[in-house]
Amino acid sequence: MKVYADNAATTKMSKAAIEAMTDCLDNCYGNPSGFYSLAQRAKERVESARREIAEVINAEPREIIFTSGGSEADNQAILTAANIGKSKGKMHIITSAFEHHAVLHTIKKLEKSGFSVTYLPVHENGIVSPEELEQAITEQTCFVSIMSANNEIGTIQPISEIGAICKKHGVIFHTDAVQAVGHLNIDVKSQNIDMLSASAHKFHGPKGVGFLYVRKGIRVSTLIEGGAQEKGKRAGTENVAGIVSMAAALKESVKNMEKDNAHMREIRDYLIKGLSEIEHSALNGDAKCRLAGNLNFSFEGIEGESILILLDQKGICASSGSACTSGALDPSHVLLAIGRVHDVAHGSLRLTVGEDITKEQADYIIDNVKNIVAHLRSFSPVWRDLKEGKRQYILP
Amino acid sequence: MALYSEKVMEHFLNPKNVGIIENADGVGEVGNARCGDIMKMYLKIEDDTIKDVKFETFGCASAIASSSMATEMIKGKPVSEAMTLTNKAVAEALDGLPAHKMHCSVLAEEAIKKALEDYDNKKENKK
Ligand SMILES: Cc1ncc(COP(=O)(O)O)c(C=O)c1O
Ligand SMILES: [Zn+2]
Repeated sequence: MKVYADNAATTKMSKAAIEAMTDCLDNCYGNPSGFYSLAQRAKERVESARREIAEVINAEPREIIFTSGGSEADNQAILTAANIGKSKGKMHIITSAFEHHAVLHTIKKLEKSGFSVTYLPVHENGIVSPEELEQAITEQTCFVSIMSANNEIGTIQPISEIGAICKKHGVIFHTDAVQAVGHLNIDVKSQNIDMLSASAHKFHGPKGVGFLYVRKGIRVSTLIEGGAQEKGKRAGTENVAGIVSMAAALKESVKNMEKDNAHMREIRDYLIKGLSEIEHSALNGDAKCRLAGNLNFSFEGIEGESILILLDQKGICASSGSACTSGALDPSHVLLAIGRVHDVAHGSLRLTVGEDITKEQADYIIDNVKNIVAHLRSFSPVWRDLKEGKRQYILP
Repeated sequence: MALYSEKVMEHFLNPKNVGIIENADGVGEVGNARCGDIMKMYLKIEDDTIKDVKFETFGCASAIASSSMATEMIKGKPVSEAMTLTNKAVAEALDGLPAHKMHCSVLAEEAIKKALEDYDNKKENKK
C-alpha cells in the first residue's frame, strides 16, 4: 500500500491545475507585456487568475501581487511593514515563537538592524493568546506577524481576534496563511488582515508560485527590482502558467473544502485515537483547533528519522521534527516552543493526510507506526532506562 | 531513500549484534538524548579477545547502522586491534555517510573506546 501523508510539505497537483498549466504552456506562451494578441491573451489569463484568487479571500484584484511562493511573500510583507514602521519611527515587531523560518529569519535580520521584537509564547496547545498579544502592543509597535495555521502541528490561530486588536491599535497585521489558504475560510476584510502570504503548492497547485495580498493604501516595498510587472511591486516576467494553474487549484480546493475537511477530520481523529494507544506518546498541539489533515505525535525513547525511513519502507511518506532529519543540532523550534523538551522533540512524527485518504490507509498507518515504535524501542537504551526506572518518563 | 548507501540501509533494516550482555566485561555509553543520539556497547572479553559484542542505540538510521557495522568490525578481534577502530573506517565500511551524519560514526568509535576503558578499569580493580 502507498500513503502520501506529507501534505503540509507539499501536495500533489490537482487535475484541474495540471490542465490549466499545460494548456497555458501550449497556447499562451506570449509575454504578457507584449502588444500582439498572443501576449494579450497571456495578460488576460494572468488578470483573470488575479480576480479569481482575490475573490476567494475577499480582496480586490489589485491587492494581489504574484510571487515565487510563500517565502518570497513573507519576506516582502515583512520588509514592507518594517519600512513603514521605520518611516514613522516605530521600531517594535510582534510575532510568535513558532513562525515558519521565512518569517522568523526575516525578522531576525530586522532585529540585527535595530528593531526590537517580541516573540509571543504559543503555550502547550500551540495557540497564540490574543490577550497576550494586545498586552505586548506598545506605542512603538509597527506590525504583528502571526501565521494562520502552523505547518508542523497544524494549530489554527485566532486570526479574526488578532486582526481586530491590530486594527484597534492601528498596527499592521500580516499573516502567513501558507497552510491555510485553500483549507480554511479566509476573508481579509472581515478578519482585518492587512497582508497575507500564500503558496500554490500547498493547495494542489504548482511549486514556485504564490501570492501576497496587501491591503490597498499600504505602500509596498520591493524585493526584486526590474521591469514594471505587478504594477512595479514585483519585477520579472510573470510565471503565467504557474499563476493560471494556481488559480485553478485554488478554485478547486475551495469548491470542495467543507466536504474534504469533514472527511479528513474524521480520519485524523481516527488516527489520533489509534496512535494514542501507543504508551508514552503524546499528540503535539491542540486536539481540535488544528488543520483537518494534521496530526503530530511524540514517542518517548526513539528518534524520528528512524521512524520515517522505516515508514518509507512500507510506502508511507511522513516527516519529523527531529534534528537528524534537517541536519541541524536542535529539534524543531515549533516543538520546543510548545514546551516539548529535546528528548521527546527528537521522537516526533508528523502525518498530514490529504483529501483522498481512506480508512484502510489509516489502519495501515496505525499498524505500521505501532510496529515501528515497538521495534525501535526494543533496542533503545533510553527506553530500557525508562522501563527499568533509571530515567523518568516525560510523556505519561 | 537515496540519502543513504545500500550498506547503511542493510545495517539499519537488519542491524547485527542488537541487545545487551549480562555481566559484560566492559560497557560504554556515549551521546545524550538532548542531541538525539545515544549508543551503548557491551563487550564480552576472553584472553584479550572480543568474544562477543552487543549494542543498543537511540538515534537516526546512520547511528543505528554505524553501531551495527562497528560491532561487526571488532567482533572476534584482539582488544588491541579494537582500540584502533576509527570512525572513518566505520563510515568507509558503510560505503560512506552524508557529511552531516559523520558524527554518528564518531559515536560508534567513542562507545567502543569507552567500553574498552571500562574493561581496563574493571581489570585494574580486580588486581
Ligand atoms: C507556514 C509556511 N510558510 C511559508 C512556507 C514557504 O513557502 P514556499 O515553499 O512556497 O516558499 C511554508 C512551506 O514550507 C509554510 O508551511
Ligand atoms: Zn544522527
